[in-house]
Amino acid sequence: MALNINVKLCKGCGICVEYCPTNVLALDEIGKVYIKNISECIYCGRCEIRCPDFAIMLTDDTEKTGRGDNK
Amino acid sequence: MSKARLMQGNEACTEGLIAAGVRFYAGYPITPSTEFAEIFAERMPKLGGKFIQMEDEIASIGAVCGASLAGVKAVTATSGPGFSLKQELIGYAAIAEIPIVIVNVQRLGPSTGQPTSPGQADVMQTRWGSHGDRGVIALSPGSVEESFEIGVKAANFAEKYRMPVVILLDEVIGHMRERVELPEQVEIVDRKGPTGPPETFKAFCPDDDDVPPMASFGSGYRYHVTGLIHGETGMPSSASDVTTKLISRLHTKVDKAKADITMYTELYTEDAEILVVSYGGSSRPAAHAVKEARKMGIKAGLLKLITIWPFPDEVLIKAAKNAKKIIVPEMNYGQLVTEIERYVDRDKIVSVNRIDGELFLPDEILNPIREAAGGAK
Amino acid sequence: MASTEKYLRKTALPHIWCPGCGNGVVLSAIVRAIDKMGLDQNKTVVVSGIGCSSRASTYLDFNTIHTAHGRALTFATGIKLANPELNVIVITGDGDATAIGGNHFIHAARRNIDLTTVIFNNSIYGMTGGQSSPATPINSLSTTAPYGQFERPFDIPALAIASGATYVARGTAFHTEMLTNLIAKGIENKGFSVIDAITQCPIAYGRRNKLRTASAMLKWQQDNSVRIEDSKKMSPKDLEGKMIIGELYKSEAPEYTALYDDLIKRVQGGSK
Repeated sequence: MALNINVKLCKGCGICVEYCPTNVLALDEIGKVYIKNISECIYCGRCEIRCPDFAIMLTDDTEKTGRGDNK
Repeated sequence: MSKARLMQGNEACTEGLIAAGVRFYAGYPITPSTEFAEIFAERMPKLGGKFIQMEDEIASIGAVCGASLAGVKAVTATSGPGFSLKQELIGYAAIAEIPIVIVNVQRLGPSTGQPTSPGQADVMQTRWGSHGDRGVIALSPGSVEESFEIGVKAANFAEKYRMPVVILLDEVIGHMRERVELPEQVEIVDRKGPTGPPETFKAFCPDDDDVPPMASFGSGYRYHVTGLIHGETGMPSSASDVTTKLISRLHTKVDKAKADITMYTELYTEDAEILVVSYGGSSRPAAHAVKEARKMGIKAGLLKLITIWPFPDEVLIKAAKNAKKIIVPEMNYGQLVTEIERYVDRDKIVSVNRIDGELFLPDEILNPIREAAGGAK
Repeated sequence: MASTEKYLRKTALPHIWCPGCGNGVVLSAIVRAIDKMGLDQNKTVVVSGIGCSSRASTYLDFNTIHTAHGRALTFATGIKLANPELNVIVITGDGDATAIGGNHFIHAARRNIDLTTVIFNNSIYGMTGGQSSPATPINSLSTTAPYGQFERPFDIPALAIASGATYVARGTAFHTEMLTNLIAKGIENKGFSVIDAITQCPIAYGRRNKLRTASAMLKWQQDNSVRIEDSKKMSPKDLEGKMIIGELYKSEAPEYTALYDDLIKRVQGGSK
């Protein structure tokens, strides 16, 4: 699995940070989400389904997302 | 082979719309247009078409817009108060370029007015009733036979120019019975469809005629429709160049087609010194008055407009070239006369009006003709 | 879930909604429900009205139409009746559906026409900056209720049920998976389906009502919702002020376009 973030779509509401059970995500100095700690990610998908901005997506490693910008 | 029948204007207009391929009607009961709903309710299922009585006038035009987007030719009919209610979505159909026909069987207004009496006071509302700038097509038949022809034409123009088209009937023509011979076959125009594959289709990218090809919902061509200003893909935009381009095109597609859209008839206009300009129900006593005047040796002529919008200015200027006086009878306080004033010397114009819910008597038009000719008082 | 990506018009994103707005969450639940139901992308139409909610159609790659304020259901009725093969999903808001479009809402329900209506219910007119809607709760503040709302709000599911809808559910942006399933079941229902999707407007509603962040509003949704199964074990007193969520109503009734097709058969058969 891979955790993909499209920072261009992120509006920095922080919902994903709030609901991540393992503290993987954080907001950067301009208030956008970034992956702070990928090793803790359990790929539960809570960030993806709660993101209002279509900025987070979990994919199989084999899936092509065409989204890039994977910080 | 055509069949002679005795029918009302509303009925003939319905037959014209059906002959042109209209297979969807949504409406709400209102006098004096209810025959449209009743006939469509009976005829549509027999033809595999659809009729729906909606909860109000606004819902009716909304459903008609939806049906047209799904690829079915669609019409709604109403009268004054309902026409007022439909104005917002007429504007929607204009900006979203949805081919629909709206029939307005005019009665006397404002408001509930005189529901069973004729009027012609929605002429300017038809031009300017919904907010914003746009080109308009409105046709006004003057007989039962013309009501059929205009039913066909209105559906064809809507398809050809991808826009709402208004049929301005009035209670006189709508409820009058005449013997008519309906043709077995009529010329039918269908909207032009996309020529390329879905990937390259832009739903609002016009051809040289300023009309974009249209794809039906469900045909594999996916696109967005909005009442917001939009670019060629249909996606909203607030850019000033996109705005100018779209608003201009809503006018120029009508301007470019003016010769095709313009319909009128003339009676003795070649040498007319007294020109009567009329339309719809008023044109009938006007024609009688002009014939009577000719018997009296007055060089009177009649220009009967069928196309009201876009206003046939060139036709008027030509017919008025020898006119010393121009008499404009209308069943309103003076509406189309203000448009006529834009193109001919206003000192020549005599506005003749009835605002009492009654049709003109021929003498009420003949007398001003005789006065203009310097004859009997 | 990359399988839902194809339903988005990526060039139209980012969307216009404010940070933390729940509309994107409800929209992504719709997309997942469509994916779950395996609808044909070329045979699915999304119709919306006007308001924050109704901008949603812009971001979806189907035949989409952003209509006029309150009128989405009228267009949708025309589309569905003209071509019953199409799956028609209606996106609307609490004001769009139950104030200016209230008449269309009850009549679409009465006809039981096969439309799936998802109401993005944020309790407020967001696009115009936070005026009261028919769903604004009593005592809450809005720009047009500066001393507190004293009009009673609609119970939207109750309105839908009374009007004849055959599938009625309520979900929230917090309960995202449940919401997806409720929308999917609405699509599955052959008739008029209503999903009242409670969503957060932190900017135009929350800030005035002591729920300053999206997270606070989601927490409010969590704390004030009771699943319908659980509600059956609770007393009316315990249920006071709570939102019951889940599948609230399901019934069988003839669907409008199917009835019309029967009529065509009957009339055409009779004329032979």
